[in-house]
Amino acid sequence: MTVKLVLRDKEYEVKPGMTLLDSLKKINVLSESVIATREGEMILDDEILRDGDLVKLIAVISGGSR
Amino acid sequence: MKCKKCGSKASVNMRQHRLALCKEHYLEWVPEQTARFIKKYEMFTHHEKILVAVSGGKDSLGLWDILVRLGYQADGLYLGLGIDEGINYSHESQRLAQKYADEHQLKLHVVDIEKEYGQPIPVLADKSHRGYGKPCAVCGLAKRHEMNRVARDLGYDVLATGHNLDDEAAVLFGNTLAWASEFLLRQGPVLPSSDGLARKVKPLCRFYEREMTAYCLLRGIEYIYEECPFADGSQSIYYKELLNQLETTRPGAKLTFYLRFLEARKTGELFIEKNVEQAHLHPCPKCGQPTSTDDLCSFCRMIEKVNAVT
Repeated sequence: MTVKLVLRDKEYEVKPGMTLLDSLKKINVLSESVIATREGEMILDDEILRDGDLVKLIAVISGGSR
Repeated sequence: MKCKKCGSKASVNMRQHRLALCKEHYLEWVPEQTARFIKKYEMFTHHEKILVAVSGGKDSLGLWDILVRLGYQADGLYLGLGIDEGINYSHESQRLAQKYADEHQLKLHVVDIEKEYGQPIPVLADKSHRGYGKPCAVCGLAKRHEMNRVARDLGYDVLATGHNLDDEAAVLFGNTLAWASEFLLRQGPVLPSSDGLARKVKPLCRFYEREMTAYCLLRGIEYIYEECPFADGSQSIYYKELLNQLETTRPGAKLTFYLRFLEARKTGELFIEKNVEQAHLHPCPKCGQPTSTDDLCSFCRMIEKVNAVT
């Protein structure tokens, strides 16, 4: 079993037992640029990710002609 | 991590403020802070009529929600840009803006660029040859022109946009890299009204983009998540990513960058203020909006050019 992280149409897998912050570092995603949710609840950088977790990463950056 | 106010599990951590809050207290904190910024920068009062530029995205819908909760008279303006690119982008963003308005019994004005000027934004950009193959410059020009026109035509006292701190810091970063002093002098939470120009305010200018996303998610506001298809690879996104790298190792760097700039601008530490804008502005002979050019304003020139080739 692993932890799955999903950002837009990309999926990543990391080992369970790591914090969210360490998991994001592992997959080269800046914590500042996303919000993480698990089972619909927002989770923070210090959250330990468990076996079988599905973490949805919501990109926060928007751009273009603002 | 625990909520600083009640000790329950926190939903949002703002490292730059050393503040973590639970859902309930975060949803109280954001409007409280917005009210503080509105007052601090003297944006508007409860007696004034506000037109909120609503794109269907998180920032503008979040702003509209906050202003209405704070008891302001705030109507929305949606500009139909005619961007499709296979994902129905404009259609979907209009649907979400209208959905929010209907659910909260709010007034949303809708202006369709194609109906008003004969062509959607991508075609205007293509035919006017502005923007080096991308419609973002024409889109920005048309939005500024139309937001100002509608605000003035419909008698609103002030035009509010959802620019957040990341937007402001990215613009500041770009202008600083180029030492574009004339643009730096114009950047701020409030652009006062002048002949032909409505007052423009940015009540969210001190919130990180991340905080506005969190606000919409926790408040249950449905916004368009898909990025504008033309924004991919844009300079503003690149600058935001760079600044977020800095923020990761130096929490508060973005906020300090912006606030220190505002302070320096106010005290005149960085520049000798010149009233560049007002000294050269005069009404465009076609639409009447202020322009610094001798003849038609940039927008009307662009429309004429497009009509000439159509």
